[in-house]
Amino acid sequence: MIDFINFYLIPGIVLGSIYALGAIGITLTFGILRFANFAHGEMMTLGAYLTLTMMWLTGWHPLVLLPVAMVLLALVAVGVDQVFYRPFRNSPAVVVVIASFGLMLMIRSVTQFSWGAQLQAFVPGIQRPTIFFDVLRLQPKHIIIITSAIVLMGIVHYLLTHTRIGKAMRAMSDSPELARLTGIDTELVIKATWILGAATAAAAGVFLAFDSHVSTMMGFQILLPTFAAAIVGGIGRPYGAMAGGLLIGITEELSSYPWIGDVPLLSPGYKAGVSFAIMVAVLIWRPSGLFRGRVF
Amino acid sequence: MTVLELDNVTGGYGETEILHGISLKVDPGEIVVIIGPNGAGKSTAMKSVFGLLNLHGGRVMLDDEDITNTPPEKVVRKGVCYVPQTGNIFPNLSVHENLEMGAYVRRDDFSGRLDDIYQIFPPLVEKRNQPAGTLSGGQRQMVAMGKALMLEPKILLLDEPSAGLSPKYRGEIFKVVRDINEAGTPILMVEQNAKQALGIADRGYILVDGQNRLDDTGKKLLANKEVAEMFLGGGSVPAKKTAARKTKPKARAKARGKSKQ
Amino acid sequence: MDQLYGYFLYGLSLLTFGGIYAMLTLGLNIQLGFTGLFNAGIAGFFVVGAYVSAILSTAESERHLGGFDWPIPASLVAAMLVSAVIGWAVARISIRLRADYLAIATLGIAEILRLTFKNETDLTNGARGVSYIPKPYENMPEPWNQILMAAVVLAIVAVLYFLLERARKSPWGRVMSAIRENEGSARAAGKDVDRLRVQAFVVGAAMMGLGGGMMAHYLKFIDPNAADPTTATFLVFVMLIVGGSGNNKGAILGAILMWTIWSATEIFTSMLPGDLAIRSAYVRVFLIGLMLQIMLQKFPDGLLPEKRLQSSDSR
Repeated sequence: MIDFINFYLIPGIVLGSIYALGAIGITLTFGILRFANFAHGEMMTLGAYLTLTMMWLTGWHPLVLLPVAMVLLALVAVGVDQVFYRPFRNSPAVVVVIASFGLMLMIRSVTQFSWGAQLQAFVPGIQRPTIFFDVLRLQPKHIIIITSAIVLMGIVHYLLTHTRIGKAMRAMSDSPELARLTGIDTELVIKATWILGAATAAAAGVFLAFDSHVSTMMGFQILLPTFAAAIVGGIGRPYGAMAGGLLIGITEELSSYPWIGDVPLLSPGYKAGVSFAIMVAVLIWRPSGLFRGRVF
Repeated sequence: MTVLELDNVTGGYGETEILHGISLKVDPGEIVVIIGPNGAGKSTAMKSVFGLLNLHGGRVMLDDEDITNTPPEKVVRKGVCYVPQTGNIFPNLSVHENLEMGAYVRRDDFSGRLDDIYQIFPPLVEKRNQPAGTLSGGQRQMVAMGKALMLEPKILLLDEPSAGLSPKYRGEIFKVVRDINEAGTPILMVEQNAKQALGIADRGYILVDGQNRLDDTGKKLLANKEVAEMFLGGGSVPAKKTAARKTKPKARAKARGKSKQ
Repeated sequence: MDQLYGYFLYGLSLLTFGGIYAMLTLGLNIQLGFTGLFNAGIAGFFVVGAYVSAILSTAESERHLGGFDWPIPASLVAAMLVSAVIGWAVARISIRLRADYLAIATLGIAEILRLTFKNETDLTNGARGVSYIPKPYENMPEPWNQILMAAVVLAIVAVLYFLLERARKSPWGRVMSAIRENEGSARAAGKDVDRLRVQAFVVGAAMMGLGGGMMAHYLKFIDPNAADPTTATFLVFVMLIVGGSGNNKGAILGAILMWTIWSATEIFTSMLPGDLAIRSAYVRVFLIGLMLQIMLQKFPDGLLPEKRLQSSDSR
């Protein structure tokens, strides 16, 4: 039982927190700009590399540098939007998604060019877990990731429900036409969306790197579960994305637990397929997601 | 002085022309109603004020200022509020947040205005923290109007505010429209319920095929034989008919939405 | 003279690769261009075709399933059939999804297929891949083997082009474009929209499977990396957008042109010294992405814009 918690549930919550943070950006862009942003994974990657570089320069802890990385990534996102997405504001979703393919390739190649393709690590070596009550093994990095994710999600919640621009974002996600008729500055809302999406993407990337390692494909590798989290939670529903992320992350880890007999229920090699299976099930039986998001 | 004036406006969506020269005006303190058969361009005429379609000719004047083809977000800032027939609330925002969004362009303290709105629409008080999408049709209409009133507009444009409502709510909405007007806001309203609408209107315009057909005071139009034949029929029958027709496309849209999933 | 001969062989390889990619772009064109189906899982169908054809045609090996020794044409047909069946299953589940959802779903399916080929080591030799795949005309003397290989590929492309053009102008093709232009009215006209879409998706998937099979035979080797979305999915999108989505000629032109650019830039970057060569390889990917952006922003119809059928024809 305690092995279940230590080796499956806790890693699942950690992974779920990372997916949840990534999915916030996906669901916001999907809801407000109305397209699935395939370049979001590369934003997470870029966030991790920006942090890594600042660590080399300053030697500070990644958590301290995360806010700086968020700001830098937000600037990147707003700039990218102006050059590469703004011309497509009135285009059909297919065109914008293909444009995001192009951007995905561009950002990834910039990352690979600048940092090379080999794996890097935030913290070299293996961290010793802290043992609680003799049995509960918690690695310090896991505690940091989970608590930071909770704090960040709290901040996102506050921004969306208690600030003028946050409410305008939700309004525009509900109905862009009415938002315009109401006098909401839609371009400003779009900027805010990119900023919030980039900040959470930076966090997701940094936590993922913190948990394992930094690589140029890390963001793309979690793009699918992140999409799955956003869809499972319901598009345009940041809280749904958070819940969806946790659900997907935990299920992925639990799928290789030896539920029956001694062998993993599902070979760990197929872990990535789990998120996809959940997503397909949701799309078929409940396309609006568990939290009644928007269906396009 | 005239608050709003459309002067020989022609235009439509893209290439198709729907309005072939519409002229109308709203004076301070007035309720003006636009009626006409389906496809006459009533709603389109209203949207032309709001920069929602391509005007090929004519002028739209607000307080002697030319606002022809001004985009909607700027028209709002000039003090015109428009309540579309459908999709006029943010369903996932609470009632209170909807009202706050109505005041989005205001940078001053609008808490007093919020209290006013709750006074005009008392049923909204206890629903204030509920998502607006969960409200009944009549209450949604109140949210939509309240949201528009947050700006204390120079003029309020209402597109078929009574559409799809039960007779009880319909009466209530018309009463509220009159109350809002009595508090000083001029109103331009498109309506299918010609009888009730003309009953509260100072003046009315009848549009047919994108052109002006008749205009007169509400009372005189009600008494007009041609108008009676066209829109009033025998008593309340047409009103019911339109109500039924109004609900159908929505139901269809819903069904289509489902099948798309 | 030797140099000229080298260029000649290189030109043949460009045509062969370009031709194989043309099978993918034609397949995508029937899905995205004609029917508006957003398949972001090209790599999945490609890799299925490659493995099926490889396993059926190779000699017996301890490393993977095999020993069927099928002739190449038969294994290519099998590759198309298996890709088509998988395409049918995928389409049945996801055909009614909105474009973006369909893209995500198909990307996921491609990923699952890649995982399967990687993890089912007994069947596929896992990450080490299947080698010694027979190649058409490989026993002929050079350059005839290369010439014939290119000729076979181009002949297949020509046949596909001919069939697709026939299909496009047929009543079936007209209904397809009617669906894409206005789904609602096509439905109202009593067309079984979902079924027609499934058909288009299946045909496209079969062509992608064929492309995969041809690639396996041409390279004589296949491993799960062949399902890399960059070269097997996104590059195909770039090719189709550059050539002109909705135009079969454009699809072929885009494939050969973009493959030439992709390959020629590699020659250039590989001449750079050491680390710079590796890094500048990434610049190629950047340019591909940038090219996609420029095309979408400035020339959304591609080099050969779609010739729309008169709408009166579609009734």
